[in-house]
Amino acid sequence: MKTLILTLISVSLVNNVVLSQFLGLCPFLGVSKQTKTALSMGGAVIFVITIASAVTNLLYRLLVLFHVEYLETVAFILIIAALVQLVELFLKKYSKPLYSSLGVYLPLITTNCAVLGVALTNVQNNYDFITSVVAGFGTALGFTISITILAGIRERIADNDIPHVMQGSPIVLITAGLMAIAFIGFSGLI
Amino acid sequence: MNTVLIAILVVGSIGFIVGVFLSLASEKFHVQVDENEEKIRAVLPGNNCGACGYPGCDGLACAIAKKEAPINQCPVGGNEVAKKIGEILHLEVEENTHLVAYVKCKGTCDKIQRQYQYDGIHDCLSAAVVPGSGDKKCRFGCMGYGSCVKACAFDAIHVIDGVAQVDKEKCKSCQKCMDACPQHLIEMVPYESLCHVRCNSHDKGPVVNKNCKAGCLGCMMCQKVCPTGAITVENFLAHIDYSKCIHCGKCKEKCPRKIIE
Repeated sequence: MKTLILTLISVSLVNNVVLSQFLGLCPFLGVSKQTKTALSMGGAVIFVITIASAVTNLLYRLLVLFHVEYLETVAFILIIAALVQLVELFLKKYSKPLYSSLGVYLPLITTNCAVLGVALTNVQNNYDFITSVVAGFGTALGFTISITILAGIRERIADNDIPHVMQGSPIVLITAGLMAIAFIGFSGLI
Repeated sequence: MNTVLIAILVVGSIGFIVGVFLSLASEKFHVQVDENEEKIRAVLPGNNCGACGYPGCDGLACAIAKKEAPINQCPVGGNEVAKKIGEILHLEVEENTHLVAYVKCKGTCDKIQRQYQYDGIHDCLSAAVVPGSGDKKCRFGCMGYGSCVKACAFDAIHVIDGVAQVDKEKCKSCQKCMDACPQHLIEMVPYESLCHVRCNSHDKGPVVNKNCKAGCLGCMMCQKVCPTGAITVENFLAHIDYSKCIHCGKCKEKCPRKIIE
């Protein structure tokens, strides 16, 4: 239990997926204009990564069985893409409000490299099933935390008079960099 | 050779299983979408501006198909879209007057007096909470920091010489700017109307005179000259009832401040 909690804190804060591993930067910059949409995106990512890390863990055992571990990347991409599709179909049928609130962000997760990153890291670290799921959930939680913070900052930035050359992406990237520096503060935690 | 075969087989079979599974799932989770809903969605403008009060054009299409919303609910599409939806649902349309936004202020930089230099966040909502609501002496007028410009999805409103102005050709009457303006300066007026009072100041005449060279003094000249009684002056500010206005233009001529235009 203690290791699980430590893993959770480690992947969500200390080794934050966006700010110290630089994975999933595309949605991090793309959907962080408003706190509300950032939160929905975070919710969708938590949902998908948690399921994906469980499924990929099982799939990896299958690959080991056939001695084709080197195919992990290809197989994981395939499974993750299918999984996102399945989740979308399922939500559309059984939870229409959730489906419409996630909207376009759900299919976008297919291209979020954080999902694949989590699956591969889990395999590298030889995590068992439960630890994989917890690590997946923690990573997605870390993603949600950082994207929500960035969205909050960007909402404030939008109200300010920024030099023309810095408007748009430059100021956002600098903000993300400063956030990454701030997150280094967690490095002594564990 | 063997390893290649195994690799192909493994990935191929994973792909195949996933494919079959997904096609089965899509059968099982298939959601019946109303045919009309899709057609209505296709004729709606697709800006997802939310002016109709539903979450995006999809939401409105769903509501119209279920007869929960009237077919002319979309203010952006106007009569044209309502007519098309009417054809889809075989319903008659009532003609709506085409409304456009109008900014009731003429206090451009050369006409208005300033009380201090505002150096805060470049946004009307922020400027409005500063004592005296903004740097212009008139506390009713346009602050010119462009919150309405940011709110407009159709590029129809611009700050020209310190005052927001609406391009009525581009305005789609979504009313987003009305909500964004902290001064409640923006009013919806009929597209055809030619006379609008371009001031929002409820200050008394002498005060207005001191603050702004283009403010309504409440002199009642327009009210006296109007042949149909469309203009009333209340709280030192003229107001036009567009249902009575016949666009005769007499008020424009009489107004000493030339703010009816």
